[in-house]
Amino acid sequence: MSSGTDHSAYYVPENGWYPVWVALAIFLMLGGGAVWLNDLKAGDEPNITLTLIGLVLLAVVLFAWFAKVIEENQQGLYSPQLNRSFVWGMGWFIFSEVMFFAAFFGALFYARHFVLSWLGGEGDKAITGEYLWPEFEAVWPVVSNPDPSVFTNPGESMASPGVASWGGYLPFWNTVILLTSSVTVHFAHTAIKDQQRTKLLSWLGLTVLLGIAFLILQVEEYIHAYQELGLTLSSGIYGSTFFLLTGFHGFHVTLGTFMLMVMLFRAFKNHFKPEDCFGFESASWYWHFVDVVWLCLFFFVYVF
Amino acid sequence: MSEVIDASHDHHDHHGPAAGLARWLFTTNHKDIGTLYLWFAFLMLLIGGTMALIIRAELFQPGLQFVAPEFFNQMTTNHGLIMVFGAIMPAFVGLANWLVPMMVGAPDMALPRMNNLSFWILPFAFGMLISTLFMEAGGPNFGWTFYAPLSTTYAPETVTFFIFGVHMMGASSIMGSINIIATILNMRAPGMTLMKMPLFVWTWLITAYLLLAVMPVLAGAVTMMLFDIHFGTSFFNAAGGGDPVMFQHIFWFFGHPEVYIMILPAFGIVSAIIPTFARKPLFGYDSMVYATASIAFLSFIVWAHHMFTVGMPLAGQLFFMYSTMLIAIPTGVKVFNWVATMWQGSMTFETPMLFAIAFVVLFTIGGFSGLMLAITPVDYQYHDTYFVVAHFHYVLVPGALFSIIAAVYYWLPKWCGRMYDEKLGKLHFWLSFIGVNVTFFPQHFSGLAGMPRRIPDYALQFADFNMISSCGAFIFGFSQLLLMYIVIKAIRSGQPATDRVWEGAHGLEWTLPSPAPYHSFTEPPKITDADAHS
Ligand SMILES: [Cu+2]
Repeated sequence: MSSGTDHSAYYVPENGWYPVWVALAIFLMLGGGAVWLNDLKAGDEPNITLTLIGLVLLAVVLFAWFAKVIEENQQGLYSPQLNRSFVWGMGWFIFSEVMFFAAFFGALFYARHFVLSWLGGEGDKAITGEYLWPEFEAVWPVVSNPDPSVFTNPGESMASPGVASWGGYLPFWNTVILLTSSVTVHFAHTAIKDQQRTKLLSWLGLTVLLGIAFLILQVEEYIHAYQELGLTLSSGIYGSTFFLLTGFHGFHVTLGTFMLMVMLFRAFKNHFKPEDCFGFESASWYWHFVDVVWLCLFFFVYVF
Repeated sequence: MSEVIDASHDHHDHHGPAAGLARWLFTTNHKDIGTLYLWFAFLMLLIGGTMALIIRAELFQPGLQFVAPEFFNQMTTNHGLIMVFGAIMPAFVGLANWLVPMMVGAPDMALPRMNNLSFWILPFAFGMLISTLFMEAGGPNFGWTFYAPLSTTYAPETVTFFIFGVHMMGASSIMGSINIIATILNMRAPGMTLMKMPLFVWTWLITAYLLLAVMPVLAGAVTMMLFDIHFGTSFFNAAGGGDPVMFQHIFWFFGHPEVYIMILPAFGIVSAIIPTFARKPLFGYDSMVYATASIAFLSFIVWAHHMFTVGMPLAGQLFFMYSTMLIAIPTGVKVFNWVATMWQGSMTFETPMLFAIAFVVLFTIGGFSGLMLAITPVDYQYHDTYFVVAHFHYVLVPGALFSIIAAVYYWLPKWCGRMYDEKLGKLHFWLSFIGVNVTFFPQHFSGLAGMPRRIPDYALQFADFNMISSCGAFIFGFSQLLLMYIVIKAIRSGQPATDRVWEGAHGLEWTLPSPAPYHSFTEPPKITDADAHS
C-alpha cells in the first residue's frame, strides 16, 4: 500500500458537464419509474415516457463521458498514479457489489434456516407457526406456502435433480459456460500482455459469445419456470429469493457482457497496450466477479 | 483545456475557478465540491430542524394542537431521514472533501469527476424525497427505520419515491467513499505513511469502508421492499414464507454501522482540535487508530441490540448484548485519550475547543445511555421510549453535529482566509450547549417513566418534561441561524487569518496559505515530523 513514487505530474481533469447530467438522468429514470409503478399498481394508464427519456439521456451522457476518458488516456495525459486510482476505484466498486448480493444471500439463509423452521413449528419461535398455520410443513424448497390463498403455490421448484442427471439440467450447463468464459477472458488478457492481436480478438470474442449464450439459456429457464412450472415472483419465498438472486445476477451478466463488447470494439481499434489496459482489466475483473457470484448461486440456490 | 500540474513549472495562476453557476454545476475541484456538500447539509439541517420544531411544538402540551397525527408521523419519519442522510452524512463528506487532500498533501481528490457526480445526485434524491410531502398520499410515515410491513403492505404509495431516493443516496455514498479510499491510499505525498496520517484521515478511511460494506445492504433491503410492494414477492410477509423480522435484521445490519459512519469522522475532528488548544500532541495516537478499527469491526456484529423486544432466540439476545457492551472498551480508550491530551495542557477555550470539549462530555453521556440500552432485560423497559430518543440524540446532536460545527469554526479561516467573530462564536456555543441539554436531558426521564416515542399526544404525567424539552428545542433550533450569520459574516468581512491560524495547530493543511489555493498541493510537500499527525 505504498503511496507510489510517480508524483512528478498530477492530473486534474477539466470541469465537466457529464456528472450533473448523469444525476439528472438518474432522477428522471427513477422518478419516472416510481410514477409508472404506482400507476400500474393503482390500475391507471401507465406512462413510461419519463423513464425512457432518463434512460436514453443516461446512455448518451455515459457514452460521452467514457469516450472522453478514453480519449484523454490515448493522449497520454494519465499518470500511473491516476491509473492506480482507477484500479482502487473499480476494486472497491466490485466489493460494494458483493455486499449487494450479500443482502439477498443473507435473506435466503435467514428464510431457509430460521423462518422456515419457526413457521413449521420448531425452534425458539415455533409458536408463530403453531398459532398461524399449524398445517404448514417446513420443507425447502417451499412448494406449498403457509397461506396459499395469498401467495399461490408454485407447481415445482428449480432444485437440482442430483448429479447423475446434470446432463439435462440447464443451470449446470450455465455453470460450465460461465466458468469457461472466465478462462477465455483470462487468455484474452494474456494475449494483450503478449501483444498478439488476433488471439486477443478471438478469445475476447469467444467470451462475449459465451456471455450471450448464458443469457439466452437464462431467459429459456425463466420461460420454463413461468409457463411450465408455475414458478413466479409471487409464488412465495422460494420464488422471491430465486428470481431476485438469479435475476440480479443475470442483470450483472448483461452489464458485464456489454462491457466486454465495448472492450472487443476497443481491441479492434488497438487501444490496449501491455502496460496500459486498465479498461480491459476492469471489465475482466467484473466478469470474474459475476462468475464467482454464479458459483455461489449454483450451490446455494440450485444444488443445496 | 485539461490541465497537467507539473511540479517543475508553476501553473498556479491560470486555473482558478470557472465563472458563475457553471463553476458549481461542473466543478471537479475538491474545495468547490466540499463547499457544495457543506451548504447542502446546512440547508437540510434547517429543513430537518423545521420538522423537529413542528414535532416539538405539537408535543409542547398534551392533546392535539397543531398537526394531524398522520402528518406528525410524516414529520418524525422525514426529520430522521433528512438529518441522517441529508445533514450529518453530507456534512462529513463535505469536510472530507475539503480536508483530506490538504491533509495528505494531494492536489485534489483521486477521482474528481465522480466526486462531482456524488454530490449532484443528492439534491435530486432529496428533491424526490421531500416532494412526497406535497403529494396527495402524503410522504413516508413509517419512521426513519421503515420497518415492514408498515413500509410495505400499509405504506402510502409515495414509498416508491422513497425507495428510489434511498437508492440514489446510496449510490452517492458509495461513489463518495470509493473516492475517499482512493485518495487516501493512492494520493498521499511521499513520506506520509499510514501511521503519520492525521486521525481525521484515518477515521474517514475506516468510515469509507463501513459505507462500502453497508450501503449496498441498505440498497438490497429497499429493493426487497420494492419487489414486495410492486411485484408480489414475499420477503417480509410470513404468509409466503418470509418474515417481517427479517427486514429488521437486514435494516440494522446496515443501521448499526451507519451510526458509526456518523460518529467516527467526529472522533477524527475532535482528535485534531483538542491537541491544538491543549498545545500538546494527541495522547495515544496509535491506540486511537486501533480503537477506531475495533469499533468499526464490532459495529458489524451488534445489530440486533435494536431488536431485543422483537422475539429473538435467547442465544441471540445474549450474544448481541455482550458484543454491544464490548464497544464500550475502544470507545473508553478514545475518551480517556482525549482527556489525557488535555491533562496539564496549556488550554485556551476558543469556540472550536468549546464545541470539542462539549462533544467529549455529552457524547460520553450518550455512550453511557447506550450501554444501559445494551442490557437486554433493561431494554425491555426502555425500548421504543423517549429514553432511546434521548440516547441517540445525545450521540448525534452534541456528538456528530457539534463536531461538525467545531470543524467549521476550526477550519473556516483556512477555507476562506478570514476569522469568524469569536464573541459571537462563544454565544452560539452557549446557546447550543444549553439548548441541546434542555431539549434532550428531560427526555431520559419521560422515557424511563414510560413515554413512547413517535406519538403526537401523551399522558398528562409527561407534560412538564415535554414542555421543558420543547423550550430547549426552540432555543437550539434558532441559535443555528446565528451560526449561519457568523459564517457569512466571516466570509464577507472577517479579519484576515494567518496561514497557521491557531498557534498550536499541526498538520499539512496549516502550511498552505489562508485561504488555501484552488489546487491544494501542486507539488508533493515534504513531510516533517512537525507536520505529521497532531
Ligand atoms: Cu446499534
